[in-house]
Amino acid sequence: MARRAGPLTPVWPGLVLAALVALAVTAPLAALLARAGTAAPGPADWAALRFTLWQAVLSTLLSLICAIPLARALARRRFPGRDALVLLLGVPFVLPVIAGVLGLLAVFGRNGWINAGLAAVGLPALSPYGLQGILLAHLFFNLPLVTRMLLQGWQAIPAERLRMAESLALTPRARFAHIEGPMLRAVLPGAAVVVFTLCLSSFSVALILGGGPGATTLELAIYQAFRFDFAPDRAAVLGLLQLTLVGTAGLVALWLVPAAQAEASRGRVLRHWGGGRGFDAAIITIAALFLSAPLVAVLLRGAPGVVDLPPSVWRAAALSVTLSVVVAALVVIMAGGIALAALRFPLLEITALPGLALSPLVLGTGLFLLVYPRLSPEALALPATVLANTLAALPFALRLILPRLQQAVADHGRLAASLGLSRGIWFARILWPALRPAIGLAAGVAAALAMGDLGVIALFADADRATLPLQVMRLMGSYRSDAAAAAALVLVAISLTLFWACERVTRDA
Amino acid sequence: MRYLSLVPGLFLSSMALADTPVLTVLTYDSFVSEWGPGPAVEKAFEADCACDLRFVGAGDGAALLARLQLEGTASEADIVLGLDTNLTAAATATGLFAPHGATPKLALPVAWNDPNFLPFDWGWFAFVGNAGRDYPTDFKALAASDLKIVIQDPRSSTPGLGLVMWVKAAYGDQAGAIWADLADNIVTVTPGWSEAYGLFLEGEADLVLSYTTSPAYHLIAESDAGKVALPFTEGHYLQVEVAGKLAGTDQPALADRFLQFMLSPAFQDVIPTTNWMYPATETALPDGFAAMIQPATSLLLSADDAQAARDAAVEEWRAALAR
Repeated sequence: MARRAGPLTPVWPGLVLAALVALAVTAPLAALLARAGTAAPGPADWAALRFTLWQAVLSTLLSLICAIPLARALARRRFPGRDALVLLLGVPFVLPVIAGVLGLLAVFGRNGWINAGLAAVGLPALSPYGLQGILLAHLFFNLPLVTRMLLQGWQAIPAERLRMAESLALTPRARFAHIEGPMLRAVLPGAAVVVFTLCLSSFSVALILGGGPGATTLELAIYQAFRFDFAPDRAAVLGLLQLTLVGTAGLVALWLVPAAQAEASRGRVLRHWGGGRGFDAAIITIAALFLSAPLVAVLLRGAPGVVDLPPSVWRAAALSVTLSVVVAALVVIMAGGIALAALRFPLLEITALPGLALSPLVLGTGLFLLVYPRLSPEALALPATVLANTLAALPFALRLILPRLQQAVADHGRLAASLGLSRGIWFARILWPALRPAIGLAAGVAAALAMGDLGVIALFADADRATLPLQVMRLMGSYRSDAAAAAALVLVAISLTLFWACERVTRDA
Repeated sequence: MRYLSLVPGLFLSSMALADTPVLTVLTYDSFVSEWGPGPAVEKAFEADCACDLRFVGAGDGAALLARLQLEGTASEADIVLGLDTNLTAAATATGLFAPHGATPKLALPVAWNDPNFLPFDWGWFAFVGNAGRDYPTDFKALAASDLKIVIQDPRSSTPGLGLVMWVKAAYGDQAGAIWADLADNIVTVTPGWSEAYGLFLEGEADLVLSYTTSPAYHLIAESDAGKVALPFTEGHYLQVEVAGKLAGTDQPALADRFLQFMLSPAFQDVIPTTNWMYPATETALPDGFAAMIQPATSLLLSADDAQAARDAAVEEWRAALAR
């Protein structure tokens, strides 16, 4: 019998990693609970809770209402540029929020393109600030997500059903009732709760477009409790409110949404059906303009200033790249280790789930309470940023990697064991090729999201050390809009490159 | 991996200067910006202090206090520059500040006897807009108009807090009603003065809360007479901006020297044309300042009165704007 280097699926590293994750989650939470004690939320805190829920409900409804006709039009129409548009739908997912908001301001601001048009025909100006601004930004970021989920739903409708509907000459209403309705009923609740959860924990959008007492979300209130009032007790109370809210929504989301789709299908086009060609064309045109205009605005406004950017921006960029590479590596190592252990102990996957509910600001608050005043908050800024981003990406990465690992072990495990393969060969020849695409996507998403993250860092950063998103915000704040746009353009370029590079080098041959 | 080659650059600047004593001044963002007083002040002070003067910008003035409490005694700051009289009582109560022990000759519109803080400039708050149209002359008319204004958050910004105190000083018990009427004029509330002024210059609002002297910047630095400050019949609230030495400083002598320098001509002379405020000592003003409006009535709560009124006034503001 050949000597093996050890079991093919080591369990111990994963158990240790899972224990570390559990500790990283529970320790800050315990600190929050201890600090909040019996303190009750005040009127301003309840107002923040109400606004958080209200804007999330409206944002979700708006995203669904707009996504249904768009996904339907994309599912049944073929036109030049369709593939590019579907690709564009993937961009907001990895687009740094601050860059998107900057673009939206250029388009919808009082001096923006839209208001210039409105003024030309004598209409009153729209303001991108407050509730309407937050809704607009949430629509920009979530419409593509819902559209992609629905598009997959439409494309999953069996072709023979559509043919049958055609041969039976069903009225549009009957076709909707029998074919599209059931699909929407299956997909929409999941999409709704995902968008709702995302909007509950939206921070950057509310930070830039909200802010006044009438437009303060819980996340923003936590930030203000720290940076404006220095009231850690209130931050702890707000943190627990936010945790309960997002945790509940996150659990519902997990329960309603099927396992993450690793590959977004560009997908087949369904046979053209039904009329409404003009309507579809209008919907597609408006959506394409809405989603691309902010990106074009950042490009046009930012490009001339890139060469003149101050060194502080490049230092911030270097720091951000370093952080996001560290996050991506940590995510892959932890997800891989935990996935291996989860083969034996399936419940281990649960350890990663709190990452869905633990918003960066809640985590940051907890960490601060743990170390204060032994360590200065600046010392916490970078480690907390890495931790928050790693924990946030972990559930997503596990959901990508674990099914593929299970498949690979089921397909090859027994044979490999009987052949007495060494662990090295097993990992290099069997597991790596099988897991490569999932690892690449997980690393790419983790790196891109960490690159664009503006959360914990805003809480603790000092003046000298900033990540690129924070630097963009500071430039916006010191009325250097052109430099801000240029830095945002650099940020977008790096984020997309990181995502593309990770995804590209590990793609199936 | 070209990015990695940039990383060492992050640490170079602090290492190279490790030998000379460092005086860290925590201040508001616009003070350190390249067109603010920061660069000129740094150059002048470093010319003969044999030290490294480091300005650290941390948001707007009111956020400085929270920042200081966040850092507690671990703070690296030696001086905090940019609080105002609405905050000095709260700052004193933290116990983090040390007495300055100085009796300088000042030229302020008010008497000065704060043992912990020294003033470095002052001004009147005012709404600033583009010239060439008729503007309201009091808060009630402003609230009744459809003009869009951008203001600052009183919890993070000294102008934002100054506006809340202004309304409070002018209207007392009716302040809440004034805010309720103003709510639909407010485009947005920014964390600091820079953000608000930036939005105004970008055209996002008709008016911005700033100072009577803000048009001087456009007049002198940009030869643009197109900005005006609005005179209000209620009178204008005064702001006296101050600096103080931290009790936990590791450079007490250097900190005292800086406070002394702060009231010398080398510092005071650059204030009008970099911070666009009135200097705290007898200093000749540049030409453009003569064209600025001179409020007939000044409003100001004493440091103790401001402290007593602050929480309730800010809550009144918050509640009115939350509706």
